[in-house]
Amino acid sequence: MALQELTYRDALRKALADAMTENPDVVIIGEEVGRYGGAYAVTKDLIKEFGPERVIDTPISEPAIVGAAVGAALAGLRPVAELMYVDFIGMTMDQLANQAAKIRYMFGGQIGVPMVLRTQGGTGRSAGAQHSQSLEAYVMHTPGLRLAMPATVADAYHLLRQALTKPDPVVFIEHKALYTLKETVDLDAPVPEWGKVAVRRQGRDLVIVTYSRQVHYAMEAAKQLAAQGIEATVIDLRTLNPLDFDTIRTEVEKTGRAMVVSEGVMTAGVAAELSARISEECFDFLEDPVIRVAGEDIPISVSTVLETGSVPGPQLIFETAMKLMAGRVAA
Amino acid sequence: MNQPQAVQRADASSNTDLPQLYRMMRRIRTFEERVGELFVRGQSAGSMLHLSIGEESAAAGVCAAMREGDTFTTHHRGHGIFLARGADPNRMMAEIGGKEAGYCHGKGGSMHIADMGLGHLGANAIVGGGIPAVVGAGLAARHKKSGAISAAFFGDGATGQGILYESMNMAALWSLPCLFVCINNQYGMGTRIDQATANPRLHERAQAFGLTAETVDGLDVEAVAEAGRRLVDGVRAGKPAFLVIDCYRFYGHARKDKSPYRDPVEEEVGRAKDPVAFARAALIDRKLLAETALDTMDAEVAAEMDATIDFTVAQHEPPLSSMFRDVYAPEEPEPEPVRTRIDRILARA
Ligand SMILES: Cc1ncc(C[n+]2csc(CCOP(=O)(O)OP(=O)(O)O)c2C)c(N)n1
Ligand SMILES: [Mg+2]
Repeated sequence: MALQELTYRDALRKALADAMTENPDVVIIGEEVGRYGGAYAVTKDLIKEFGPERVIDTPISEPAIVGAAVGAALAGLRPVAELMYVDFIGMTMDQLANQAAKIRYMFGGQIGVPMVLRTQGGTGRSAGAQHSQSLEAYVMHTPGLRLAMPATVADAYHLLRQALTKPDPVVFIEHKALYTLKETVDLDAPVPEWGKVAVRRQGRDLVIVTYSRQVHYAMEAAKQLAAQGIEATVIDLRTLNPLDFDTIRTEVEKTGRAMVVSEGVMTAGVAAELSARISEECFDFLEDPVIRVAGEDIPISVSTVLETGSVPGPQLIFETAMKLMAGRVAA
Repeated sequence: MNQPQAVQRADASSNTDLPQLYRMMRRIRTFEERVGELFVRGQSAGSMLHLSIGEESAAAGVCAAMREGDTFTTHHRGHGIFLARGADPNRMMAEIGGKEAGYCHGKGGSMHIADMGLGHLGANAIVGGGIPAVVGAGLAARHKKSGAISAAFFGDGATGQGILYESMNMAALWSLPCLFVCINNQYGMGTRIDQATANPRLHERAQAFGLTAETVDGLDVEAVAEAGRRLVDGVRAGKPAFLVIDCYRFYGHARKDKSPYRDPVEEEVGRAKDPVAFARAALIDRKLLAETALDTMDAEVAAEMDATIDFTVAQHEPPLSSMFRDVYAPEEPEPEPVRTRIDRILARA
């Protein structure tokens, strides 16, 4: 039992350091991960601890970074490749989707690609259209890739540690606005299982299914809803692949109403997949349509006004829940 | 062609562009300093502001060889290049402030300024992202027989991107009017060029593809302008070229970076290679302009650039509804806002 105050950033760093201490085959490869310490300082000083042989600074060559991680994994290392922004994932999509994701299957199960691709996404820094996207749907749409997106400090640590034990490629997407999130955690407490959602709040009226930063917004909205007599369940997906749909189904069946919240764009996004699945599987239990609250179907602007206006926040989640519940709960 | 060349000046005292080149470099430097101020005053949209202080000669020198109708793309450190191609500093600063009056109505910001009217096909926040467009623009220029060239400006870091080599190969293969301008400020974020490549003689790569290529010392803007003119003439005649300008990134990568990874002595030496100060000294030395005249010029430039801040601060933010504009062409319907959709669905439920 060791309670400690930790930021999301420090938890990630600690996960990397602990994994590297435990397993000499863990190597980090990416732009500015070594001497610079990571564009968001996640790998700060790891090069001092583990040396440049294991914390490898690369040229600005994203496809080769991911491809080299694939090859390193095939040849027995445990690489953690870093993409500075998830927005660059398109440049690496061949290596990720055609190579990493398909090697086990194409080659008849002879070998897997046990690598982690760490990256970060989302809005919050006026970073503009090419540095603010939420592209998890690209990954979730690709069979063969696992996908983890931590919302909390404890999950930042545990999910990254667990990702580094998985037999298949894991894309690990952090949220740039969460790096400074500070929470008191007990990393020695029983570790939540990989592939299971966390029910962050239990309610009786509706279920809000979400992940990453939007978990915090959903919790804020749930607090406001409680003040109006509406009790929401908040589900944090933690991993989007594997997806723990059993828990989602159980919770939705209890309340008969569901909202899915995602920062990614609405159309053909993660929220679309989840809402389709809930609609299909929980059809007999649903009192209302499953409502998606997601990013607008537009690029992200550098203007702060437009940037914050184009993605969900606590207010939109609250208002949508109020409309969903309007006249439907006994006062 | 592959060695840095000393410039032969026909006549040192007359017929020189140095006063104009100096003025442009001073404008760029002062503009960038004001960008820094805008950030400090909390008036910039974000902190991802990449200043081109120390590399002014690349922008002023190469752009002096370009003409109306030519097109270009830039990297994320492109304020100076656009100024040298005729940008209105007020609209640039307003864009950096995320204001409606900016070149891109506050949607693009510092890293995504563009103006089709001035041939600016776009600044890019993807390292290497703007390079292949000049191949296409080169094709278009040839097809339309416009006589225009297209220039890609990028940093040394972009030489790590495969797309540069694909683009140079196409340009050479098809003899396109394309100029590739590599502003080698020695660093890509915290990575010094020799830590990112085994062969830092970057022009040799272009030569391997069959381009005319050379490296020029960015300290001397006249040398850059001279090389620019020479190469641009060839490019216009269908001989694609690659020019490396050696310089030094005076400050951090972006506004918040203090470059702790750099040796202070190296920084001091690097900052001593100041193309603006060098040109100023040359003007006085060669009696092209008196110090008092230069002081007056600097004061004019300072006033012009001070005004960009006042202009920007006075501008309004883009209206919220503008976010749906320009996802598609203006004659096409705008995407349905999430709120509207939710209301529509729940009204029927
Ligand atoms: C594809 C891509 N990879 C990484 C980055 C992050 N990044 C932004 S600027 C930069 C360094 C670029 O160095 P250089 O090309 O030399 O330009 P400079 O900043 O020195 O002007 C990096 C790595 C990016 N924006 N795009
Ligand atoms: Mg550079």
